[in-house]
Amino acid sequence: MNSLRRRSRALWAGLTLLLILLLAACYPDNPQSTFGVSGPVAQSQLNLFFWIFWAAVFVFVVVGGILMYISIQYRRRPGDADPEQIHGNTPLEIGWTIAPALVLVVIAVPTVLTVFDNLNSPDPDALTIDVVGHQWWFEFKYPHPDGESMVVTANELHVPVGEVVNVNLDSKDVLHSFWIPKIAGKVDLVPGNKNFMWIQADEAGEYLGQCAEFCGEAHALMKFRVVAEPREDFDAWLAGEAAAAEEPVDPLAQQGKALFEGSKAQCWSCHAVTGSDKSRGQTGPNLTHVWSRSHIAAGVIENNQENLRQWLEDPQSIKQGTIMYRDAKIYTDPENKLTDADVAALVAYLQTLD
Amino acid sequence: MTTLAIPIPRRPVHPTGVWGWVTTIDHKRIGILYGVTAFIMFITGGIEALYMRVQLARPEQDLVSPEVFNQLFTMHATTMIFLAIMPMGAAFFNYVIPLQIGARDVAFPRLNAFSYWTFLGGALILKLSWFLGGAPNAGWFGYAPITGIQYNPGHGIDFWIMSLQVLGIASLAAAFNFIVTIINMRAPGMSLMRMPLFTWMTLVTSFLLVLAFPVITVALIELMFDRFFGMNFFVPAKGANPLLWQHLFWIFGHPEVYILILPAMGIISEVIPTFSRKPLFGYPVVVLSGVVIGFMGWMVWSHHMFTVGLGPVANSVFALTTMAIAVPTGVKIFNWMGTMWKGSIEFNTSMLFALGFIWLFIIGGLSGVMHSSAASDAQQQDTYFIVAHIHYVLFGGSIMALLCGVYYWFPKITGRMMNETLGKINFWLVFISMNITFFPMHFIGLDGMPRRIYTYDPDMGWNMWNMVATVGSFALAFSILVFIINAVQSARKGEKASGDPWDGRTLEWSIPSPPPEYNFAQIPTVHGIDAHWIQKREGVPAVPVAGGSDDDGHDIHLPQPSYWPFLASLGLFVGGYGLIYFQSWIGIAFASAGAMLTMISVYAWSFEPVNDPEEEH
Amino acid sequence: MAEAAAAHHGEHEETTTGLNHRKLLMWAFLGSDCMFFGSLIATYVVYQGKSKVGPFPEDVFSIPITSVSTFVLLMSSMSMVLAYAALTRGNIKVFRVWLASTAIMGMTFLGFQVFEFRDFANYKVELECAHLEPEKLTEFEKTFVDRCTEGVDEFKEQHGLTPRTNLFGTTFFTLTGFHGAHVTLGVIWLLSILFHSFRGGVRPETNLDVDLAALYWHFVDVVWIVIFTVVYLFGVFPGI
Repeated sequence: MNSLRRRSRALWAGLTLLLILLLAACYPDNPQSTFGVSGPVAQSQLNLFFWIFWAAVFVFVVVGGILMYISIQYRRRPGDADPEQIHGNTPLEIGWTIAPALVLVVIAVPTVLTVFDNLNSPDPDALTIDVVGHQWWFEFKYPHPDGESMVVTANELHVPVGEVVNVNLDSKDVLHSFWIPKIAGKVDLVPGNKNFMWIQADEAGEYLGQCAEFCGEAHALMKFRVVAEPREDFDAWLAGEAAAAEEPVDPLAQQGKALFEGSKAQCWSCHAVTGSDKSRGQTGPNLTHVWSRSHIAAGVIENNQENLRQWLEDPQSIKQGTIMYRDAKIYTDPENKLTDADVAALVAYLQTLD
Repeated sequence: MTTLAIPIPRRPVHPTGVWGWVTTIDHKRIGILYGVTAFIMFITGGIEALYMRVQLARPEQDLVSPEVFNQLFTMHATTMIFLAIMPMGAAFFNYVIPLQIGARDVAFPRLNAFSYWTFLGGALILKLSWFLGGAPNAGWFGYAPITGIQYNPGHGIDFWIMSLQVLGIASLAAAFNFIVTIINMRAPGMSLMRMPLFTWMTLVTSFLLVLAFPVITVALIELMFDRFFGMNFFVPAKGANPLLWQHLFWIFGHPEVYILILPAMGIISEVIPTFSRKPLFGYPVVVLSGVVIGFMGWMVWSHHMFTVGLGPVANSVFALTTMAIAVPTGVKIFNWMGTMWKGSIEFNTSMLFALGFIWLFIIGGLSGVMHSSAASDAQQQDTYFIVAHIHYVLFGGSIMALLCGVYYWFPKITGRMMNETLGKINFWLVFISMNITFFPMHFIGLDGMPRRIYTYDPDMGWNMWNMVATVGSFALAFSILVFIINAVQSARKGEKASGDPWDGRTLEWSIPSPPPEYNFAQIPTVHGIDAHWIQKREGVPAVPVAGGSDDDGHDIHLPQPSYWPFLASLGLFVGGYGLIYFQSWIGIAFASAGAMLTMISVYAWSFEPVNDPEEEH
Repeated sequence: MAEAAAAHHGEHEETTTGLNHRKLLMWAFLGSDCMFFGSLIATYVVYQGKSKVGPFPEDVFSIPITSVSTFVLLMSSMSMVLAYAALTRGNIKVFRVWLASTAIMGMTFLGFQVFEFRDFANYKVELECAHLEPEKLTEFEKTFVDRCTEGVDEFKEQHGLTPRTNLFGTTFFTLTGFHGAHVTLGVIWLLSILFHSFRGGVRPETNLDVDLAALYWHFVDVVWIVIFTVVYLFGVFPGI
């Protein structure tokens, strides 16, 4: 009996340890942790999670405890006769049908309330951003300060801190999902279906987002950043984004621009640069202010001269499957292959787009 | 092989060796074929999983390319669900159901053989895709439009479609067979409410199969037509809505989840009473909860779609129905505990697996309730938290129960006991390494790791737990190896088993181990739940009724072996391949040849007597 | 005799419910087939009105013609009932007549379907520009009104409906095509029984074979009634 009690005590200790591990395992500091959240949407989802989690722990401990007790108490001992052949107990069975139903009511009510809160924007007139998924990058469209056109950018979402931001979601090709774990749970981007969510970041800073619905070869590398900044910084940023690109002055950059808009590199056919007469492409990310972004290739590598060069030279080595590598003549047709000088010129041009 | 078909002069008479197995229509041998094949498939699916775990053990590894990784997770899931767990369940249906209901075979023995061979054909179409230009790569639920020809021009998806279609035919044929067998071939006195729980759950599962598979068949036909003939079912540019695929898939897919778990619950409901030496607590309630689960399984499919934008009303409704399904599931667990209450519990390997099932299924069930909360599920959907959940219910649930079933029925099937020492080592290895593998996935999921990514950044905080999971997965593989060693050794040299080694409660334990070809020399009469227990304890004699014979079973006319089921399946297999390559003449030739072979075989089959006394001896 | 025993094994078996195994199998199969057609019909309904280009249902459907073929198929069900009744009475000759007429009506229905498919594939927009009555034009036809320029009396242009044309074509041909395949299978089955009867294989005591075929035939018929209502009638009279 004694050893048994010791064993069961060890088991309980183990379970407790497991629980502690479980709680410690989810570090709020991790960049995509759903715990160290910022903003009402993620906060409500986290509150709901904890509410259900503790209900689940309660159920687990009670049911597991009884199961453990039964297993130990009624183990077969030598010389046991047949136990009494009990076929059931109606009140007991009704009881344990109702009990879980009650636990479920406890979690059902906050669930439904949160579902409605999270999908209905508290401020429909607030800033509205269109998010469009592409294989494998995110396109963001802001209303232009002039009130007519759209300001288009990619992979770096700027939002004013502490404000409701409405987000319309759509996709150009396959399914994607828009997810910023610290700000809000995901909503899918479904081609042809206009989806909606709202977000709000309560602390200024940078947040990571990632595509969460399988979308093909480079699904793992379809990321983006959210920069939450004070309203005035945001307005300044948006004004900057809305401005047309400046004409390059540096000769190398001028050469790069010519190449960009020329028939050899044909960058213009997929990429747009506002202010350029030729670069109006819609297939790839808008590059009007690409140099102002902290990362390139959908949040995969830092944006610097060396990385830009490498990206242009061999995008496949950074992001396997990338559409540019698959479709652009500079990679598919040896005659159009870029020389080192070409790449240097293009990089110089891209560096003027800030 | 086809050349064999043409000059068949007469049906096989008592064939032996390989031909014996190919032409067999004995439900017991077919059950063994299902079991062995499914286990081999289980190992291939496991190898695919190990590849993925090695790739993910550390950040930024490049053991496999992203494309191959996508193929790996698609194949792993498709294999485990359709080629391992489902047919392992079918193996037990085949072997055990006729024995439990006191029948000499299933209602349609040749259809049964056809089911098996068709399943094998479908399995081969899927697995051989690795060697024929690439496996499918769009995930096991193949969400449109990434399965469309525009985004997926290779043949991988075609293999996937064709394989699932052929497997669907196999599953449907088997399900029809078991519905008829269970409804129509019970021994005298075995009313529905006296049927063993495993039989009950098989019946519910069969109904789910019959009603759910046509839905996926239609979805796959639509996808196939899009890919082959340029139709528009899932082409957004033509106005199609990709969510149609998701709805059709999950209207099938959620009942499918119960197709995977209800047989497991049935096995557990047999094992726990046997080793507690008590009848199942609240038998009618357990039966009813199984039926209710099967029924409610049709009303929850959109909980797989909480993030696709169905709106708050739909999300709330499906959250509530999903939570509601926890009630009958909970009831089952409580009733199993009630069965053990005041029992005399023997902790042998089979019972350990049954208890392991309950523990792991509680965890999987609770994380399932977490997902049912649509709002917080937005943080969990498509992350490793979901991966953890599905493995707790499918590995911790289905596989644990199937292993439990193997340890339980092994003596009946082989006539030898499995080694208990190795068995217990096996259990603890599986149980512990399973938790090491899958529990950390909860953490990395909540830490924001999406599923289906082939690489991750080292700064995300996912490194340690990924490594732990990988280590666990190898321990798990080792534990399966221990199982194989135990099964092979015990089958060859194990201690001889009596007909009733566990002091069993149901009819399969009333006959010798292994059972004679005709199962029951005399069809028993059933006087209550746990028919064999009543026979033993209350001394009620099993009164012989129709079809009696002397003890050798000389006068029992059994269905005879046949070539046709095998050939009909072969036709489907060949024809399926042909359809995949229908754009070439060779493909068309194969498709036509396959169709012809199937048609001829089915025709010949329908004119062949089930048993032909003139040719019997 | 072995052969006779062959096809009719099972009828002498004792079963728990008293229902024959094969009959139970047939019911299970039909239940399954309900889900099959249910899914196809659901797809059709979900995509109703979602096509981006014409032609649309009201352009191509001809309710009178399809009503005739529907009537033929309904009558075939009646003829099937009469065939079965004749068989149970033991009147093989009458049985053969009704069975053959059932098969022929089935083939007639298929003929209508082939005709209809061809007709849809060759659909032409035809406008009598000289005296246009815009309120009588369909939505699709209205998009061509501006092609009636000065001096054009008649506008005619091929706009065939194929499975590739639009969502309507895709869902319509798939749904009705699978129904047609079911009818074809049924006709083959009926003809097999007919030939078998000439070899003495069909006798009153083995009427289950015919019963099963009849069950299948009626099912296919009922499915058509649903398709006719949902696809054709609702397609042309969307107000219903």
